Amino acid sequence: MPVWDSTFQLVLLGALLIGCTSGVLGTFAVLRKRSLLGDALAHAALPGVALAFMLTQSKALPVLLTGASLSGVIGVLLIQVIVTYTRIKADAALGIVLSVFFGGGIVLLTHIQQSAVGNQSGLDKFLFGQAASIVASDLYAMSVMVVVVLVLVGLFFKEFSALIFDPGFLASIGFAPRLVDLLLMSLIVLTVMVGLQAVGVILVAAMLITPAVSARFWTNDLLRMVLISAFIGGLSGAAGAWISALAPRIPTGPVMVLVATGVFVVSAFVAPSRGLIARWRRLRGNHWRENTQHFLRACVELQEQADTDLSVIALTDLAQVMHEPLYRVRRLAKHLAKNGKIESTDEGAKLTTKGYDDAVFVLKSHRLWEYYLVYRSILEEDHVDRSADEVEHILTPQIIERLEAILVEENIDVENVTSIHATDSGFRKAGQDA
Amino acid sequence: MAHAIDDATIPIHIHDMTVAYHKKPVLWDVDLAVPEGKLVGIVGPNGAGKSTMIKAIMDLVPKASGWVRIYGQPYARMRQTIGYVPQRESVDWDFPIRALDVVLMGRYGHVGWLRRPGKIDREIAESALEKVGMADYRDRQINQLSGGQQQRVFLARALAQDARVYLMDEPFAGVDAATERAIIEILMELRSRDKTMLVVHHDLQTVNQYFDWLVLINMRVVAAGDTATVFTEENLNKTYGGRLTLLSDAAQAVADHQRGVS
Amino acid sequence: MLDGSFWIILTGAFAGGACGLLGVFLVLRKMSLLGDALSHAVLPGIAIAFLVSGSRDILPMFLGAAVFGVMTTLLVETFHRRWHVQEDASIGIAFTSLFALGVVLISAYAGQVDLDQECVLYGEIAYTPWDRLLIGEQDWGPRPVWILGTVFVLDLLFVLLFYKELKITSFDPDIAVAVGIPATLMHYMLMSSVSLTTVAAFESVGAILVVAMLIVPGATAYLWSDRLPVILIMSTVFGIVSAIAGYYLAGLWNSSIAGAMVLVVGGIFGVSLIVAPQYGLLGRVIRQGRLGLRVAQDHILLRLVRESETTEDPSVHISDLMEGSVGARFRSRVAMWCLGREGFVTWDAGHLALSDNGLGKATDLLRSHRLWETYFSQLGLPEDHLHHPADALEHFTDEELLQGLHAELPNAEIDPQGKRIPKNK
Repeated sequence: MPVWDSTFQLVLLGALLIGCTSGVLGTFAVLRKRSLLGDALAHAALPGVALAFMLTQSKALPVLLTGASLSGVIGVLLIQVIVTYTRIKADAALGIVLSVFFGGGIVLLTHIQQSAVGNQSGLDKFLFGQAASIVASDLYAMSVMVVVVLVLVGLFFKEFSALIFDPGFLASIGFAPRLVDLLLMSLIVLTVMVGLQAVGVILVAAMLITPAVSARFWTNDLLRMVLISAFIGGLSGAAGAWISALAPRIPTGPVMVLVATGVFVVSAFVAPSRGLIARWRRLRGNHWRENTQHFLRACVELQEQADTDLSVIALTDLAQVMHEPLYRVRRLAKHLAKNGKIESTDEGAKLTTKGYDDAVFVLKSHRLWEYYLVYRSILEEDHVDRSADEVEHILTPQIIERLEAILVEENIDVENVTSIHATDSGFRKAGQDA
Repeated sequence: MAHAIDDATIPIHIHDMTVAYHKKPVLWDVDLAVPEGKLVGIVGPNGAGKSTMIKAIMDLVPKASGWVRIYGQPYARMRQTIGYVPQRESVDWDFPIRALDVVLMGRYGHVGWLRRPGKIDREIAESALEKVGMADYRDRQINQLSGGQQQRVFLARALAQDARVYLMDEPFAGVDAATERAIIEILMELRSRDKTMLVVHHDLQTVNQYFDWLVLINMRVVAAGDTATVFTEENLNKTYGGRLTLLSDAAQAVADHQRGVS
Repeated sequence: MLDGSFWIILTGAFAGGACGLLGVFLVLRKMSLLGDALSHAVLPGIAIAFLVSGSRDILPMFLGAAVFGVMTTLLVETFHRRWHVQEDASIGIAFTSLFALGVVLISAYAGQVDLDQECVLYGEIAYTPWDRLLIGEQDWGPRPVWILGTVFVLDLLFVLLFYKELKITSFDPDIAVAVGIPATLMHYMLMSSVSLTTVAAFESVGAILVVAMLIVPGATAYLWSDRLPVILIMSTVFGIVSAIAGYYLAGLWNSSIAGAMVLVVGGIFGVSLIVAPQYGLLGRVIRQGRLGLRVAQDHILLRLVRESETTEDPSVHISDLMEGSVGARFRSRVAMWCLGREGFVTWDAGHLALSDNGLGKATDLLRSHRLWETYFSQLGLPEDHLHHPADALEHFTDEELLQGLHAELPNAEIDPQGKRIPKNK
């Protein structure tokens, strides 16, 4: 437990502010495909920090950050110049500016360390970040910048979202997309600079990228995404500062980034709807539904063949028709019995009225689709079955209606569709050759 | 379309081939047997799967089902018999090489690992450049060539591959009239030597004039056969007319379903 | 024993040369950022290898770094393809988190790891002479020189042996596959070489030099030449030269050697960016200036020849020939001077008149201008829309285009404004 004193509160507050702001602006940066530009910007800020110190001999945060912003912006402009006026592509231009500016920064930094009288300039905290170095005056400077950034984001929220979604549209309704883009870029610069001291030039871009990408898993709505991203950013910032206070040897930046990455991984798995687990479950549900539908369809098809109504169907027959092992057919039967679609007896399965209706719907979808494909001369008759097999499970009542409408036009009796094939009941899996 | 499997006389035989991008079917259940020595046009609207079909023949995109045989053999074994002209936009024309180097690439398959192209390869490449009327540009950096000239270089590369079957993806797109004439002359000459060519084409006005065999596609093969019989108003309506929204809706639904999106 | 600085320079030169050579292919394949990511992401592998083996043995380091190198590519792929994260953001997340992990490991186990945060960034190249390779009792010289020398030779062999395959897969992977050269295999072979080089260079020169040397020399050479072999040689030479110059610069400024090497290679890039003949900024500006000057000359000639059509005295005062901004007036002035020097105009007390020579050239221009106007008017453009397109085209109308125009307009004698079109001589 770190000592809960005013210094620690200060540091925690600073880290929280940094995380939140990065989260907010990161959302726009990521959606505008500027994630890595933030990285170049941060790396390019290093020589500015060193030069500002060499020129002024001052370690005041506003002085250093002014230098940082200037050299960062020059770096980003240089990338633009290289991409616009030479044949070097964007990725290489970014890499060049990032590494050369950073190399220059390292030269200046080591030069200062070797020659400065007091030796300890303390500038190396800008490499990996040290939240503990935040003092009250730093916090004031940061707060002012954060407030400016957040107010501007609030004011221009509508314009920023239009810029991301459709810059052409933004221009057509009378805003200059380049100006809006410039404003957004400036805000990103400010945000990166605020984070520089605590997170460090090497990793500050991660605080822009990771919370925003994590937030994307949770929502499709931009405003919610901004809020969630701010929350994740703040959480990572505060947690990073906390952990690094416990172990002062470990720089803050990497810890914050690791916390944010942890949140990212968790979000990727557990987020509802867009998360991986939700997706897997849906996928499994789909497979399960497909299998039960095949079961029901096989029941009616066997009944049609046997020419009797609602008789008991042997599971072994079903297994044969469905090309499935018996144990899986048994499992399906058990599940369907529980849902009241069939009655399970010793000899086999018997469709209930409810099950019969479902089965007929599936059968009808299957056959209508077959007719559509063949009628539209989309497929040869012998290929039709497999496509219909895939599609029958996903045909919504609306699509069925449209299908019926098309087929009625062609004088096909949609109420009494029979199989397009004489005998084959056709359960084949995709990829299986005839 | 009942052909014996492994029929070694059919240059390109496609059976029940479905191709999907990210699980979304873009070509459904294609059956096709292209006869030898024909100049074959592949025609259809944007997004109909024309390029996809060519890429699927060459295993450049995975097939969801079905198979392709080249003279009765799988593609991997018949690679040397196929020449390919990709779309011009598919490469970076700022790449630092000269026209002759690009053509020479057509010989790499014959040269083999760890060896340099020899004198004979060089001669073949140079005569291919000459054939397309680009001999004077052999040392020109490729970004200094006009669109038509770039397309000719690509064609020369395919010629240097010395193939029996040529697959060409929109060789007439964005070229000048002179280049178009030059290209079609070369194709006619190839046909007279019994080569088979599959050419993705988008200009309906020249179909009759250029191709003697035709494949109309729109997510599936609508019609295939001699141009005279296939190139009819009815078939064109089937190819270009709407009414397929249902099929693309279904394709999207299949993709979503299989990826667990909805 | 040789001078210590010799070994340091040799180490740097091997590192710069190896990275410069492979970097060309990264730049051409638009994979520069993967190089960047890779050189950051191998850090945890190296740190873990240190912790586990407790030594600086090269083998565990390679293993650790290789595992994390492969992991970076896999993570980027997984995030992008399976988790549907944008590609640039995927790269961003993958390498920042691995690098962060590496830094945390190093700082947490600072006592046990013979590495510190600064060393990660700019290496320990200064200690090269004291890091000896001992086999038994025998001292074989500095270890980093051996490692990087070997890697340099391996990279060189790789590029020489697989030159043809690297070239075709970088230019057009589809055609490579079509002629039977596996593009994926070449991709992984290249990435393995990059990883190997990265790991070898990492310890002695640090992450930052690796990133810079992988990208900057290749991109610089790309500004100078259109020939791949030339680019490869230049890039390697740039890498080696900046290592040598960087060492002396660092001595001069008393600063990090690796940083100074990066600065030098950056300087070479900066100079090339400006002066490279065909693709540099200066060349671009000069070409545009020349074009502007020619257009200004053409305008003056046209003005003079029109004057001679309508008035008896075909000379014009120079102040009437200059208009527009300061820059434009200056350009007109230079244009006049050029015309005078080439003998197209004669000067007389501040007045300009066409010489016989100039009259011929000016008449050609006028014909071209008026033919274009006629052409556009036949295309159906309204009369007040004719001047501008004709104005733009008249400067670029060569003999071939002119003949085409004549063929389109066989009997044109009068332009749409009713002015006479001069005959061809």
